[in-house]
Amino acid sequence: MTAARLWRWAAWVLTAVIAVYLVAPMAIVVIISFSDSALLTFPPPGLSLRWYRSLADTPAWRDAILVSLEIMVITAAIATALGTAAAIGLASWRGPLAVAVRSLLMAPLVVPHIISGAAIFLLFDSWGWVGSMHALVFGHTALALPYVVATVGAALETYDRRLDQAALTLGASPRVAFLRITLPLISPGILAGLLFAAMLSFDELIVSLFLSTPQLRTVTVLMWSNVFGDINPEISAIATVILLVSMTLLALQWVLSRRRGPSVMPGLGR
Amino acid sequence: MSTPVLELRGVGKRFGQVVAVTGVDLTLDKGEFISFLGPSGSGKTTTLTMVAGLQKPTEGSILLNGQDVVPLPPYRRNIGVVFQHYALFPHMTVAANIAFPLQMRKVPRAEAGQRVEAALKLVGLPGFADRLPSQLSGGQQQRVALARALVYEPPLLLMDEPLGALDKNLRAQMQIEIARLHRDLGITVLYVTHDQEEALVMSDRIAVFNHGRIEQIGRPQALYERPATRFVAGFLGDSTFLAGRVQTLADEKAVVQTAHGVLRGHAATGLRVGGAAIVAVRPERVALLGADDAPRDNTVQGRVSDVIYLGQSRKYVVRLEDGAELLGLQPVGAAGVALSEGAEVRVGWTATDCNVLPAG
Repeated sequence: MTAARLWRWAAWVLTAVIAVYLVAPMAIVVIISFSDSALLTFPPPGLSLRWYRSLADTPAWRDAILVSLEIMVITAAIATALGTAAAIGLASWRGPLAVAVRSLLMAPLVVPHIISGAAIFLLFDSWGWVGSMHALVFGHTALALPYVVATVGAALETYDRRLDQAALTLGASPRVAFLRITLPLISPGILAGLLFAAMLSFDELIVSLFLSTPQLRTVTVLMWSNVFGDINPEISAIATVILLVSMTLLALQWVLSRRRGPSVMPGLGR
Repeated sequence: MSTPVLELRGVGKRFGQVVAVTGVDLTLDKGEFISFLGPSGSGKTTTLTMVAGLQKPTEGSILLNGQDVVPLPPYRRNIGVVFQHYALFPHMTVAANIAFPLQMRKVPRAEAGQRVEAALKLVGLPGFADRLPSQLSGGQQQRVALARALVYEPPLLLMDEPLGALDKNLRAQMQIEIARLHRDLGITVLYVTHDQEEALVMSDRIAVFNHGRIEQIGRPQALYERPATRFVAGFLGDSTFLAGRVQTLADEKAVVQTAHGVLRGHAATGLRVGGAAIVAVRPERVALLGADDAPRDNTVQGRVSDVIYLGQSRKYVVRLEDGAELLGLQPVGAAGVALSEGAEVRVGWTATDCNVLPAG
């Protein structure tokens, strides 16, 4: 065996080890969710769907999932609309003020969520918003905006602005040129931003912890509080549900990005 | 007298301190094909963009069929524009691209379909309706762009170096097709190019741009044979320039004292007796003189320093006594003096084949 082949084998083995290391915990959680035991043992002594039944029968879980889905949909819609508008504005705006606005929009990417969460909590608390739907939506929107600005911004960077000029000379008003030419051509970026915002909102915990109350909480917050109580495979079942939602969004994004445009997962897209 | 299709009056464009275009006056009659010829940065494209409405002039007015269009946005001017980079909409089929301006003009669907088909036929691309621009070659894309700009029958077609991205053979072929379209459709065309041959092949008139202004405007032959400035003489075709001082001026004829003796030529405007002048002569007007040949109006002596075989002709360089170089062109197969490097030769040309231009 030559040295080159040896190295290639070593690389494969290392890749496999890392893959197992990354995937195994998730796989174990998914497997335990199908356990028929009330204990978190692995491997489970037998298989059943009792914990999924239990999820469906517990109003608290049902409510939390519905709250999370509702917040996700509204957040994704608002963040996509605002983020797209911001990206289009920033694409043709130069100067120090533009840099400042861009930095401000992108700040949630670098500011630790615990800081954002505390800040948002203090502000919303003074307005009496804590525990409300719109507080959670606005909190999530702030966090999701930079992703939309980034994906739409990337799409605009590859967009040929001269196409707008051509459309104008052919008789299209700026509004029509935007709707007929610009928008369709940057739509892969907008879609990527939309799905990214949805994903972020659905599994967001820290800001949600600050803004939730026992009457209104997201599924991640409910999981968090249940972890400290009596723990059983129910938590694995809800984790599997969340995993499924995230994977679905990711798969959707992947399929769409294959058609062209920026991807959430740079390695997978294109 | 009908109203000109396009009239530019003192049009200028300033970007801060930089003057891109200044004092451009021009009228373009119906059916005329005019080229803006000049080096990059000479203001020709900026002038075209102002006519299209994509930039606003900082001075002067632009009249389209007698109406000042400066206040009008591009989408209200009804001008066709073909860009060098094609600017086809990549997410639309060829047919959808061509139908786009018709949709903007609310042309009924059925009629639009027929006109798209006719336009595709016109540019030689029938059967390409359902392709995407990315599935076409550069030449085909430019034909689609042309069809898209012609389909709504604009009174004026602007073309901004439309063949610049194509290879030489395709360019020559497209030149002929554009000239044919112009002739058959009777459209009025303003064509921007930096390629002098292209301008000569297609244009009724050429406006030579330099430093943001029109240096000279006229029919291709007039421009080539009677350039008004050294820049035009050098940009349009090859020329040899010999410096001197004007001795006499009469009846558009000038006599110039140079380091190579007295030379005679057609006098351009802006000359004065005693002033500096440049004698410009085209290589193909220069004849090699044999020992028995009588001297011409202008005759100089020198040594052949280079002979370059060009296929149809040989280009040669005669180094004159003071080091100046004179270009000559000898058709291959022509009878006459044999050319060899290092030979002492006499060359001559007639006064009417030669232009005396103001220096500087």
